[in-house]
Amino acid sequence: MALKYELQEVEVWDGNYAASHALRQAQVDVVAAYPITPSTPVVENYGQFVADGYIDGEFVMVESEHAAMSGCVGAAAAGGRVATATSSQGFALMVEVLYQASGMRLPIVLNLVNRALASPLNVRGDHSDMYLGRDAGWIMLDSFNAQETYDLNLCAFRIGEHKDVRLPVMVNQDGFITSHTAQNVRPLSDEDAYKFVGVYEPVDELLDFARPVTYGAQTEEDWHFEHKARQHKALIDARPIIEDIFAEFEKLTGRKYNRVESYMMEDAEVAIVALGSTVESARVVAKYLRENEGIKAGVVATRVIRPFPFDAIRTALENCKAIGAMDRSAPGGALGMLFNEVSAAVYTTSSRPLVTNYIYGLGGRDLTLEQIKDIYRELKKNADAGEITTKIQQFVGLRGPKLEFFKTRRG
Amino acid sequence: MAITSTKNLKEFSTANDRFEGAHLLCPGCAHSMIVRELMNCTDDNLVIATNTGCLEVSTAVYPYTSWDTSWIHIGFENAATAAAGAEAMYKARKRKGTLKNPDAPVKFVAFGGDGSTYDIGFQWLSGAVERGHDFTYICLDNENYANTGGQRSSSTPIGANTTTAPAGRVSYGKKENKKDMMAIMAANGASYVAQVAPNKWKNMAQAFQKALATEGPCYINAISACTTEWKFDSKDTIHVSDLATDSLVFPLYEIIDGHELNITYRPKNVIPVRDYLAAQGRFRHLFKPENEHVLIEWQKRVDANWERLQRREEARV
Repeated sequence: MALKYELQEVEVWDGNYAASHALRQAQVDVVAAYPITPSTPVVENYGQFVADGYIDGEFVMVESEHAAMSGCVGAAAAGGRVATATSSQGFALMVEVLYQASGMRLPIVLNLVNRALASPLNVRGDHSDMYLGRDAGWIMLDSFNAQETYDLNLCAFRIGEHKDVRLPVMVNQDGFITSHTAQNVRPLSDEDAYKFVGVYEPVDELLDFARPVTYGAQTEEDWHFEHKARQHKALIDARPIIEDIFAEFEKLTGRKYNRVESYMMEDAEVAIVALGSTVESARVVAKYLRENEGIKAGVVATRVIRPFPFDAIRTALENCKAIGAMDRSAPGGALGMLFNEVSAAVYTTSSRPLVTNYIYGLGGRDLTLEQIKDIYRELKKNADAGEITTKIQQFVGLRGPKLEFFKTRRG
Repeated sequence: MAITSTKNLKEFSTANDRFEGAHLLCPGCAHSMIVRELMNCTDDNLVIATNTGCLEVSTAVYPYTSWDTSWIHIGFENAATAAAGAEAMYKARKRKGTLKNPDAPVKFVAFGGDGSTYDIGFQWLSGAVERGHDFTYICLDNENYANTGGQRSSSTPIGANTTTAPAGRVSYGKKENKKDMMAIMAANGASYVAQVAPNKWKNMAQAFQKALATEGPCYINAISACTTEWKFDSKDTIHVSDLATDSLVFPLYEIIDGHELNITYRPKNVIPVRDYLAAQGRFRHLFKPENEHVLIEWQKRVDANWERLQRREEARV
């Protein structure tokens, strides 16, 4: 029987430690993991909790991230609660097995502590790894600070294990900015947290020998399409379930989460759409610009990256005039992912706001409040002119001459 | 588990199979003989993980399955880790009291072909063995990537003609020797390691039973003659397997705890290596005069290996 961990009403935790405590409180049965900066402390802490008797689970330290996710799949199929953590190159190595985990409908929770992808090698935060996993069929949640990392981990188990969902869930947090910055976190008691997450209910488990199951079958053109379509439907249909679980969490804690987080959007003319800790910076700037420059600025963030909140993001943005979609990932010869997905959503509204794309912060490059102010001012110019006055894609905070691409053909 | 007596042929043929006869393996494929025997040599519950390969693609084509036991396939390389993950979950749930049948004995087994064992899954296997998971890994060693049409693996022996190490006007085929997985797994810390062949089926059943009864990671290298890529008639699988074991190309032996080596089969009449090679199309080109040296080297290598095994057995170190 696991020992109870006495917690203060307010703890000072970084994002990694917050995630570890959520895994402990959920009494995860198996963590199969491999260390990589900046996610390593998530599983190190879990290992310490096991060593100190706070968890009854098995901690399996494997020989690669591919094996980590493979072990998670085997363990999850054997009918218990499973979690792990990784970043960057480790996540890239896991990708093959991510698709297999979601295809087998196994509710594994993965803490993805966002970090740039090499080459050049870089340990700092950007969203390249998050973007790499976006078509893997996982539910993807995004936290902007340590409190949210903790909260969303507890919600992740509930969402993934819901009998109508049965999908793996990633909880993203920014490498170093969130993962290594100590912040105030209000945890639940162990009892309340476990009560919220609930007892794991096995489905089609390998260890029920009265009812043998086959996992990971072969399907070709005859059945593959139907399987993948059902998986997509499960993702899309998870939207109201996620909302219900967020509502239940709000009742318990007073902390409200939404699939799309809107800040000062009621009358906003211009909006930044962002992910991760940048959302908090943009909120500071939006408030400042409203108070000091009279710019009706707002911030929209995709709390749930997958299933992509096509509906909610449209509702959040359709009444504003100009949008800056902020992508913290090398776009690799295209427009950024957020730009493409946000543009597609608002294109189906009658107002069709102007959308531009800002690439920023690669490899942990800081994005300053001044730079965000300038972005809002550009968006304001677009809103006033009724057309895009800059190039559609611009790089922000880059050394050397300005890098920008594509002129608008609207207007 | 105590080692139970081996079923006789009649019992074997009427046993309630947990591996159904309905599958898509080639007629004459030795894989199914090996798998069936594993299932027949124990009454314990089995969780079986299988790497991508001939066995996997032939036995779990949706909406059908040949497996009347718990079975999982993830990828080409990670069956050892899938079994290890399931074994870890079993331990966690047993401790917490959440198993449906907590008292039922359970064994964890992983299958892989030689491509997935010697090559792409080598790291996953090595890691799972090093960590000491209680499971048995069985390599169905047919010495090539048969599922993708006969490419060379690091198990393919020297001189074999494969699609990616082809024999031609100026080449006798694969230039490198077969990797010694038995020695590697023994050195890797496997509690029990054995080489088996389906023609010596009692010997094979005993090795399986020992492996399942041994706590910790066990490795079995099962020779699986491949009618399609070794190029022999599908009725001759057991005949070719007999030539393999009786020529000592595939000596049958076990290594306990990394050091205690026991030869488990000594042919009464050892036959020349060239008789084994001559029975298979993949070695046909070796019988050209210019490749005679390869045949001579083959015999020398097999003789030296047999000598080495006997000395290891005698030395008990």
